[in-house]
Amino acid sequence: MSTVTTAAGAVSVGKPKLKTSAMIASFADPGQKTTSAPFGHALVAAAEANPKIVGLTADLGKYTDMHIFAKAFPERFFQMGMAEQLLFGAAAGMAETGLIPFASTYSVFAARRAYDFLCLDIAEPNLNVNIIGGLPGLTTGYGPSHQATEDMAIFRGMPNLTIVDPCDSVDIEQAVPQLAASEGPTYLRLLRGNVPTVLDEYDYTFELGKAKVLRGGNDVVFVSSGLMTMRALQAADALAKHNVDVAVVHTPTIKPFDAATVLAELNTDRLAVTLENHTVVGGLFETVASAVVTAGLGKRVVPIGLPDQFLDAGALPTLHERYGLSVDRIVAKVLAELG
Amino acid sequence: MTLSSVEAATASAPARERVDRLRAAAYRIRHHALNMGEVQGQGYVGQALGAADMLAAVYADQLNYRAEDPHWADRDRFLLSTGHYAIGHYAALAEAGIVPVAELETYGSDDSRLPMSGMSTYTPGMEISGGSLGHGLTIAVGMALGLRLQGSASRVINFLSDGELDEGSTWEAAMGAHHHQLGNLTAMVDINALQADGATNTVLRTEPVTEKWESFGWYTQRVDGNDVGALLAAFDNIASVSGAVGRPSVILCDTKVGRGVPLLETREKAHFMRIEENEWQICRDQLTAGYEGTASA
Repeated sequence: MSTVTTAAGAVSVGKPKLKTSAMIASFADPGQKTTSAPFGHALVAAAEANPKIVGLTADLGKYTDMHIFAKAFPERFFQMGMAEQLLFGAAAGMAETGLIPFASTYSVFAARRAYDFLCLDIAEPNLNVNIIGGLPGLTTGYGPSHQATEDMAIFRGMPNLTIVDPCDSVDIEQAVPQLAASEGPTYLRLLRGNVPTVLDEYDYTFELGKAKVLRGGNDVVFVSSGLMTMRALQAADALAKHNVDVAVVHTPTIKPFDAATVLAELNTDRLAVTLENHTVVGGLFETVASAVVTAGLGKRVVPIGLPDQFLDAGALPTLHERYGLSVDRIVAKVLAELG
Repeated sequence: MTLSSVEAATASAPARERVDRLRAAAYRIRHHALNMGEVQGQGYVGQALGAADMLAAVYADQLNYRAEDPHWADRDRFLLSTGHYAIGHYAALAEAGIVPVAELETYGSDDSRLPMSGMSTYTPGMEISGGSLGHGLTIAVGMALGLRLQGSASRVINFLSDGELDEGSTWEAAMGAHHHQLGNLTAMVDINALQADGATNTVLRTEPVTEKWESFGWYTQRVDGNDVGALLAAFDNIASVSGAVGRPSVILCDTKVGRGVPLLETREKAHFMRIEENEWQICRDQLTAGYEGTASA
């Protein structure tokens, strides 16, 4: 039985402590190994090597780990104010002068408010502008205003744009210099703050445009991206206790998609499951499904992802459980599929 | 620098020779535009005629560029935000020697480097892809920041229309330019008081335009945009107050759609002006008569 002190100072006895939502919620498990602000530190390291790298944000420097860069390179950091159209138009202008901008805001604002500027000013002239989108998918309990559940669906139709959905701090640290080095625009689904460190346990390096098989397995093959690769690996361990042997293929680059690696894994009689922190419309599942159909594989694929609806506000663990992203829900889904 | 617009307007009148040179350039730009319009049988000829003096002031007097090397790193940047004014811009690029005059007749044709709406990926000297209105000034802010960061003395001039003042992004950029003290940025606003659905004051009232820009912290001048002498004086005033760090400047240019061709000046104003097949030569004749008449006056 807990004791809660209300705002008015009165003490009420017997009310359970409420689970609360937060703008910046961590999806790391209690006790999990994490790395602080991997994007910010990786950008500083890249900028030390390349003087053309600059950073911009639209009043969200602290919330996209851009403040680390701003502190290290104040003369190369540009605060554009809460003005996302200006943010990306100006990033295009800077790239036109030969600079390599990294421009950060929340994914919802990049995808929904500034699409026209990303499309015409950055993607059409194929400029090296790197769009850093915070709070991708369901990584905040703040509700639809901040949950970018359809960002990949919006961006996949944009020619020239490379889309990266990193799993953890390892992915982010290794991706940043590759994003800076690659020609043309990129979109990074940013994980910020204390970001889980997962892939250091595997024989893995991030390669832009490549999918990687993280573990083999005879019964089921998971194809996953973003933080759902972390959940996929956890679910694979949990399913082993049910004598289910699960392979995990991590596809951090959503576009261009490494269909060859993924199709080679899917062209078996194992149960195929995609896992993504995104609506099942227009994201990883449909990317995989499209590759499967194009290749003529008559293969059933089971999607695990967010439903095609506006999601509830609430605490992140509650919402991940509710919408099927939790390890327990993944395990239950796979066991049900296997009958 | 706290000069007000009025206090700063102290430059002496531009020399007669300089004005005449610009009037001649503007005449040729208008003539090119009419020829291009005739090949197409349509087009934004009215806008090109209205903006020809502004374009002449930029290309024949202000812009530092190398015709043989449109990507020369130290060039000044001229950004056409209003993509549909490309017909006028191509005429100016021909006047500048960046695009061959003979190529102008391909305007708007299949496989031409001169599409109906200006795009940087198609045309030498076209710095940005305009057309989706309200973009140009945001890109200009980034270019001005990028050039300044890299120690360049190049200036950025963004051409936009009064219709683009409807777009919120224009004002995001106006705030950003002032915040970052972009003295190397100049905006030219073509106030022809006309947009796609009709007169600007019936579509979305943008006035008072001068007060808006002044309140956003810009060094603001409003001139007759069809008076090349006034345009030159405005640029001269800017030169006396600008620098890499300072206030961005704007020249608000009141212009007349179809300017220089009485037949079109008096025609019912339309965003997309219709001109009959037999009228193009009349337009050219009127243009030449007007130019020569005042030139000899």
